[in-house]
Amino acid sequence: MFKILQKTLAAGIVTVPYPHVPAVVSAEFRGRPDFDFAAWRDARPAADVCPTGAIAVQEDERHRRVTVDYGLCVFCGLCASPDGAVRVTAEFELATHDRASLILQADYTLTADGTHQRLLAQYRGESTEEWAGGKLSEAVRETLGRSLAIRQVDPGSCNGCEMEISALNNPIHDIERFGIHFVASPRHADMLLVTGPVTRNMELALEKTYAATPDPKLVVAVGACGISGGIFGANYASRGGVDTTIPVDVYVPGCPPRPEALIYGILLAVGVRQTIGVSRLSTS
Amino acid sequence: MDLLDELRDKFPDLVSASPAAFQTGRNQFPITLLGPDVRLLAEHLCTAYGSRLVAVFAEDRVADEGVFYNYYVFEQPGEPCYVVLKAPVDADQPRFPSLAASLPAVNWQEREIQDWFGLEATGHPNPRRVALHDNWPDVHPLRKSFPLRQVLPPFEGERHVYRPTLGEGVFQIPVGPVHAGIIEPGHFNFAVAGEPILYLQLRMFYNHEGTEKLFEDMPIHRAVFLAESISGDSAFSHGTAFCQAIETASDIDVPELAGVMRTILLELERVCNHIGDIGAIATDVGFAVANAHASRLREMVVRLNEGLTGSRWLRGMICVGGVRRAWSAAQCDLLRVTVTQVEREFASLVALVQASDSTRDRLERTGILSPETARALGIVGVAGRASGIDLDVRRDHPYAAYARYPLRVPVYQAGDVLHRMLVRIDEVKESFGILRAAAADLRDGPCCAPPRPVPSGRCALSAVEGWRGEILHWVRTAPGNRLERCKIKDPSVNNWAAIVEAVQGNIIADFPVINKSFNLSYSGTDR
Repeated sequence: MFKILQKTLAAGIVTVPYPHVPAVVSAEFRGRPDFDFAAWRDARPAADVCPTGAIAVQEDERHRRVTVDYGLCVFCGLCASPDGAVRVTAEFELATHDRASLILQADYTLTADGTHQRLLAQYRGESTEEWAGGKLSEAVRETLGRSLAIRQVDPGSCNGCEMEISALNNPIHDIERFGIHFVASPRHADMLLVTGPVTRNMELALEKTYAATPDPKLVVAVGACGISGGIFGANYASRGGVDTTIPVDVYVPGCPPRPEALIYGILLAVGVRQTIGVSRLSTS
Repeated sequence: MDLLDELRDKFPDLVSASPAAFQTGRNQFPITLLGPDVRLLAEHLCTAYGSRLVAVFAEDRVADEGVFYNYYVFEQPGEPCYVVLKAPVDADQPRFPSLAASLPAVNWQEREIQDWFGLEATGHPNPRRVALHDNWPDVHPLRKSFPLRQVLPPFEGERHVYRPTLGEGVFQIPVGPVHAGIIEPGHFNFAVAGEPILYLQLRMFYNHEGTEKLFEDMPIHRAVFLAESISGDSAFSHGTAFCQAIETASDIDVPELAGVMRTILLELERVCNHIGDIGAIATDVGFAVANAHASRLREMVVRLNEGLTGSRWLRGMICVGGVRRAWSAAQCDLLRVTVTQVEREFASLVALVQASDSTRDRLERTGILSPETARALGIVGVAGRASGIDLDVRRDHPYAAYARYPLRVPVYQAGDVLHRMLVRIDEVKESFGILRAAAADLRDGPCCAPPRPVPSGRCALSAVEGWRGEILHWVRTAPGNRLERCKIKDPSVNNWAAIVEAVQGNIIADFPVINKSFNLSYSGTDR
């Protein structure tokens, strides 16, 4: 017993103070790729190497529309261009309640060799509907005060996101310091933290889990596959993202999202953090 | 090789006399058969040579050759080369004799072939659906005629009926697919009498994402990322297995430095997951403090992973030809310093766990898998080594830079939870040795072979000892930097059957720790 205590005391406090203090991440960490659309000469090489089609081009002879979907991005960094028009940043606070806001678009005219001649317009997607989850998260906070019970559901994930969700319970990230804890049954839960994709063999289980969760409830879709189906997409065995099957309140990009990104998304869902996500980030 | 002549002599009606040039690379010895019946050959290979049937899988070649093929991959003790039997199955007579009754290791694999290709495994003792659940319509998605993106209508078929367990005081406990912890989905149906478990029925493949079919739909450079998503806790092992297969198919020599770097990253994946498992086993017997320290240690390794690859789970680093980025001097220092730190902390963690009598009491003689059962079921990896199965791909079929480093493979006979934990402890210690030696071998040089087009029509096999055990990838390349077929075999496919055996007679309260001591991959199994 004494030795156990001694070891614990020697280890000291290891919990990181995020989000009160910015997260310390390695210089190698690959977060959100940033696109300087005006300076971008050619989107085709990036679209070619992008493993999930998060960067896609649609074109006719003289025009090209480039679409960037952070909800599909696996943050591999292959799109980074030597001229700096596409560069990998360390930003990971990308969670948002508006799926559309994860999508950027830019329209170009083209030169004869297919490179970009002029940037005509660029947009960030925005949902036309008000976020229904806003009222919900208020209701959750009113009912529960500062406590939040989460049921995690894996409806077809590769287990990558589960590794990071598990890490929320370790002494480093210690999510219980927020009054947040993981529960064993959806009947005890205020929030479903759902990874993806949703397989055909799991869709019924996910629907039932959602139905078994008492109102008011929140759903957070985790990772590229949870948001959009990711590299699996929709196929004979996979339905795609979580919102193909149950309503989603907050989307947390990443492959997998690091624990701080998950904390950010969960706190965003309960309204503790204002949405900053992609909206704060410059796209011009 | 004499083996081919001997088999031709002995089985002239079964083995093709023409040369079998369907494989690429020196790690496979191909034998083409004349028909779908491999029972006599399999028996001969297993009895006369002591071979082990590693994997069974099918391929749809109807459009090109008018037949399906079943492949049977055998490993012979002490032989670095795998023997691959290729057995044609007539498209008009889509059936093949099952081996499952005598070789239970192929139980699920043969049923996958039934579900995915519509080839009937005749004589299979339990031919029910496995990979596509019972309520699916009658489709065979891995046939070439089946489009990947086809969206099937809502399922209306009958759901799976579990075998009833009858008797006074006997009742059944259904668990899953949504579990109580942060775990992947699967269904466990326990039959218990009081506390002891009489019988366990497993229902898997909830995570079936269409992965093998997806490989046929994307260029190889994208498929590397799909390989990383087969089992996210083994991203680097599966990624390496896949890239090695492509490298073999295209005769790419991986630079020495890349081999060393791959070895380091593979060992870091092992260390990180084994430490996590040791902590999780401690948790499941109520020793939460040990898990707190273990997860602190694991986080040290995960952060090192990020410092070396930009990803906490080693994603986006492996590529065909080597690795994507070389390491700076600072990164090499980080590796050395962290490994030394983790090694010291690990020794202290092990001392903590082993000093606890109550922990030992819960782990010893819990969830026993006997060596005989393990051998019969074809158990591999950590679970196999704890039950007397002396296999390790790193030693038996060296890849990356493993041939350069001495490796002691821990093998125990007891087969209980304690010894599955001891195998992990021993392996982590071995890993530290490999990591230190490999870190000293990091030199300047290219970390990736120059890209070259992948020739089409090549078949290649690749094996990696992931931290769970033997991972196998088999590919046939197609024109345009694509794949015709990619077969993935995760060690968990074999090992689930071990849990069914190991839990019998144990109290149900010990199931979590027994399950954790195997820690099998659901997504790797289900794909």
